[in-house]
Amino acid sequence: MNSYALIPFLPLAAFVINILFGRRYLKENAHWVSILAVAASWVLAVSALVDVAGGNKINFDLYTWMLSGGFKVSVGFLIDQLTVVMLIVVTTCSTLIHIYSVGYMHGDSGYYRFFSYLSLFTFSMLMLVMANNFLQLYFGWEGVGLCSYFLIGYYFNKKSASDAGKKAFIVNRFGDFGFGIGIFVVFLTFGTVYYEPVFSQAAGLAGATYNFLGYDVHLMTLIALLLFCGSIGKSAQMPLHVWLPDAMEGPTPVSALIHAATMVTAGVFLVARCSPIFSLSDTALMVVALTGAITSLFAATIGLVQNDLKRIIAYSTVSQLGYMFLACGVGAYTAGIFHLYTHAFFKALLFLCAGSVMHAMGGELDIQKMGNLKKYMPVTYMTMLIASFSISGIPGLAGFFSKDEILWMAYAGESPVGKFVWAIGTVVAFLTAFYSFRLIFLTFHGKFRGTHEQEHHLHESPKSMTIPLMILCVGAVAAGWVGIPALIGENIGVHNYIAEFMKPVLGHPEGHGTHGEEMMVMLISIAVGLSGIGLAYFMYIVRPELPERLTQQFRAVHRVLFNKYYVDELYSFIIVRPAIWTAKNVLIGITDARIIEALVNGVPNAIGALSSGLRKVQTGIMQHYATIMATGILIFVAIMLMR
Amino acid sequence: MVQTMDNTMGFPILSVLIFLPLAGAALILLMNRANDKAIRVVSLSVSIATFIVSLSLFTGFDKTTHLMQFVERYEWIPSLNMSYYLGLDGISVLFVLLSTLVTILCVLISWESIRTKTKEFFISLLVMEGAMIGVFCSLDFMLFYIFWEAMLIPMYLLIGVWGGPNRVYAAVKFFLYTLVGSVLMLVGIIVLYFYAGRTFDILELMTKAYPYKMQLMLFWAFFAAFAVKVPMFPVHTWLPDAHTEAPTAGSVILAAVLIKMGAYGFLRFSMPLLPDASRAMTPVMLTLSVIAIIYGGIICLAQTDLKRLIAYSSVSHMGFVTLGIFALNTQGVEGGILQMLNHGVVTGALFLSVGVIYDRTHTRVIADYGGVASVMPIYASLFMVFTFASVGLPATNGFIGEFLILLGGFKANQWAGVLAASGIIIGAGYMLWLYQRVFFMETSPKVAGLQDMNMRELLTLLPMVVLVFWIGIYPNVFLSFMHPSVQHLLERVNGGSAPAVAANIATQILR
Repeated sequence: MNSYALIPFLPLAAFVINILFGRRYLKENAHWVSILAVAASWVLAVSALVDVAGGNKINFDLYTWMLSGGFKVSVGFLIDQLTVVMLIVVTTCSTLIHIYSVGYMHGDSGYYRFFSYLSLFTFSMLMLVMANNFLQLYFGWEGVGLCSYFLIGYYFNKKSASDAGKKAFIVNRFGDFGFGIGIFVVFLTFGTVYYEPVFSQAAGLAGATYNFLGYDVHLMTLIALLLFCGSIGKSAQMPLHVWLPDAMEGPTPVSALIHAATMVTAGVFLVARCSPIFSLSDTALMVVALTGAITSLFAATIGLVQNDLKRIIAYSTVSQLGYMFLACGVGAYTAGIFHLYTHAFFKALLFLCAGSVMHAMGGELDIQKMGNLKKYMPVTYMTMLIASFSISGIPGLAGFFSKDEILWMAYAGESPVGKFVWAIGTVVAFLTAFYSFRLIFLTFHGKFRGTHEQEHHLHESPKSMTIPLMILCVGAVAAGWVGIPALIGENIGVHNYIAEFMKPVLGHPEGHGTHGEEMMVMLISIAVGLSGIGLAYFMYIVRPELPERLTQQFRAVHRVLFNKYYVDELYSFIIVRPAIWTAKNVLIGITDARIIEALVNGVPNAIGALSSGLRKVQTGIMQHYATIMATGILIFVAIMLMR
Repeated sequence: MVQTMDNTMGFPILSVLIFLPLAGAALILLMNRANDKAIRVVSLSVSIATFIVSLSLFTGFDKTTHLMQFVERYEWIPSLNMSYYLGLDGISVLFVLLSTLVTILCVLISWESIRTKTKEFFISLLVMEGAMIGVFCSLDFMLFYIFWEAMLIPMYLLIGVWGGPNRVYAAVKFFLYTLVGSVLMLVGIIVLYFYAGRTFDILELMTKAYPYKMQLMLFWAFFAAFAVKVPMFPVHTWLPDAHTEAPTAGSVILAAVLIKMGAYGFLRFSMPLLPDASRAMTPVMLTLSVIAIIYGGIICLAQTDLKRLIAYSSVSHMGFVTLGIFALNTQGVEGGILQMLNHGVVTGALFLSVGVIYDRTHTRVIADYGGVASVMPIYASLFMVFTFASVGLPATNGFIGEFLILLGGFKANQWAGVLAASGIIIGAGYMLWLYQRVFFMETSPKVAGLQDMNMRELLTLLPMVVLVFWIGIYPNVFLSFMHPSVQHLLERVNGGSAPAVAANIATQILR
């Protein structure tokens, strides 16, 4: 067996050990098993990176999972450039967040449970990214969804937490519905669900049509869009984004790991993985680009007015995921994956800093009740500040390079909607900088607005929490240096390493534009980032009374944004309530009770009425009955045979 | 006479499986009713012994042939050409194993909860087991019919005597519903008997061709019997009542084994005997299946009673089974058979689990619960496993079955596949809602201070947990039982158009 198979199975073993023995025996030592396992996976992932960078491509089956007729699928692993990048992101973030959780979850009654879920999650996520076929991808996909459900609802005694977990799972199922049908179409078209034969045959079917539900549609568009349904759910894109903000009910390390750095990016990974299919359909790419662009704008506007520390970051995540889809949609898969990779660092960092703040504030999440925390929490402040600079696209930091790459590829790529999504992306960059620094200024600057008791307890978090912050901070600064664009790299003698590395899997589309245009796009993106920060500074430091006045003035707009465009209410109104109403009033009340049961109970009643008329026939003599019965059956048989 | 495989076990294993429980029942009959404990011990021993004997079916089954195995044949009523004729193939063998396993679990779960007429209870249970095994083993149509009807009596008693407050209504409804269906089947059997030249030999009947019109009438005659048992929409309304009122063991047997017999009937009789009619009626059957999936699912969203919810979810899940079967392709049929097994395991386990908590609280009202996970963590974890198996999460058995069924269904009829797939959304909806209301949120006063599961209860549920993951992670062990038999069946139904696929299968098995 190939030792890389251990990468997912070590965390699985940790899960099994923790769930079986954690409650009785391991208790507050439960984290050791999980941390050791994930750290070992990280080591193996690094060796896989070295291996792949050396030109190897690993593809092997472990065992046949399902075999039925012509359908065969295995548990198998494909490790190529795309996989190793995901492996590094997942195992690095996961390891750091495991360590952080030791401090954050200290003293929690479900300590072993928390770590066993983290291990199970890591296992599922690794199965997802390492799969060599669609069905195992789906396995990991649902597995991470399950862990997400467990961890969102970790504080299950709270109704809001258990509601949020359930909502996440069910909303995702809507996306998986399309995803699953996509897998059926893949199998029926290609006769297999393994990536390699599917992707190698895809080009030959580029122009093919497929009769789907009676309509002839373009085959590749159909497959791509069905698969993309899954992405919409998992990566919280419109219209299935509603679960992610609620997912913040989970403990903060979970928000960082699952709902920022790894699981929610699975949708982007799926699109990148299936790039040979998506690239064959301009329609599908356009849908991807527009979905991403619109979602990123939509979420960013909501983020402007929220007061919940974690929800602001959650909307930021939805928005940044939209950015990644935008990149994929203009054909710049590498840029999308590059942003996925840098985003994992600065977004995980933002969440962990938020967790550190919550830790100090006794669980308080309302940023209106914070302020001046920089005095008490210097490490948290500095790291969160740097993460915010990174997400705002300040030159030199990780977020700058990936964001710039996306905007340039949108502007200069071949996509017909490229210029349009570039414009949206630029606006979003401005909004992102603004809400990120609104958060920073309200939380860390100004006067403390909480209670005296809270102020008394303010303190920096323990080392096990601050050290992961610092390590992630290095990533938030430097992770982008592997993808320095040629425009700058030429002058300082570095290549765009990530683009070269990913080229064999994702291709490397070139922007069609002059150096001047590229410089312009870059400068615009820097300018909007800085002006976003500047506006936030003006509104929350220079003129802190201004936001309130604006809110009063634009009350209707504020209310719509604050209530997240009322999408939740809409779904409740058009899906949830009608389903339950139908169940209660139509199915139970009418079909089952009035129609079927009336017939069922009516027949005996009718027979009863009839039989009182027939009572005279009832002689009470056994032989008579037997004769009548036999005659009846004979007549039946005779009729049937004579036909 | 149709070719079969000789029994190589060295003893008539199928007869032993049928009569061992009956002998046990007879033994209990002779025992002193005051000695409850001894009665339980005897029941448990007999059911375990039967299970151990049945395990040799698992190991001794020849997976390379579609022929009937472990065959026993004795003349019974020569004048009517009726014989005592038993045998198993890849379609039926797993259900015998399921029956023997489930009976043990039913004995265990009834250990403390059955306080009245203990003696009669365990007699009924063991008679039930013998009859169930008989149904799956019979190769003589009359023998089959006798076992089929014989099952009704112990089941009727289980519901009517040891059931809940509304038990008599539920029992009579169950009895009449199924009896009406069965009578039509009897007519069908007799028609076949005369047409085919006075034989009840099922294998021989399958070699004959029947005129289309006759096939059609027989199809609906059989449908009446099998659809009620499944139960398919719209003849499902006996199920919620029967399940809800039955004692735990009754619900478990109903869910795990009894309702499988309807689907088994379609596979064993309707399809191979009446291939043309089966093909022609596919649109109707697929439609009814899809309605059952969606209808049964949505109706769960408004249930307030634990057992009723799970009962309605069975309607939905069995919709998947009939969808797969009538997809008439390999994935669909194999998925359907596997899902019958899965549903037996998962829904059986869910009813066992409900029994565990009902024994403590004596309420089935969902609103009475809440926060059970805080007081009974082990129980909550196991219930979680079954919940997600029911939802069809990958790595559980539910996923394998549903995936193959939906794949086969989509292949056969895209609309059916797509509409049925919406069932997985609804399924997640009602199961997670149920789980939340029972296990999460604040601890309800009715469950405060409950003891977690004891060793007996844990042992009752553990086999099901093992099966959930075993089938989910390594389903080929179970699927490989079916391949040749399903292929043979499909060749018969689809007019022998699939030899290439069969060859493909054979090579893959040999590899």
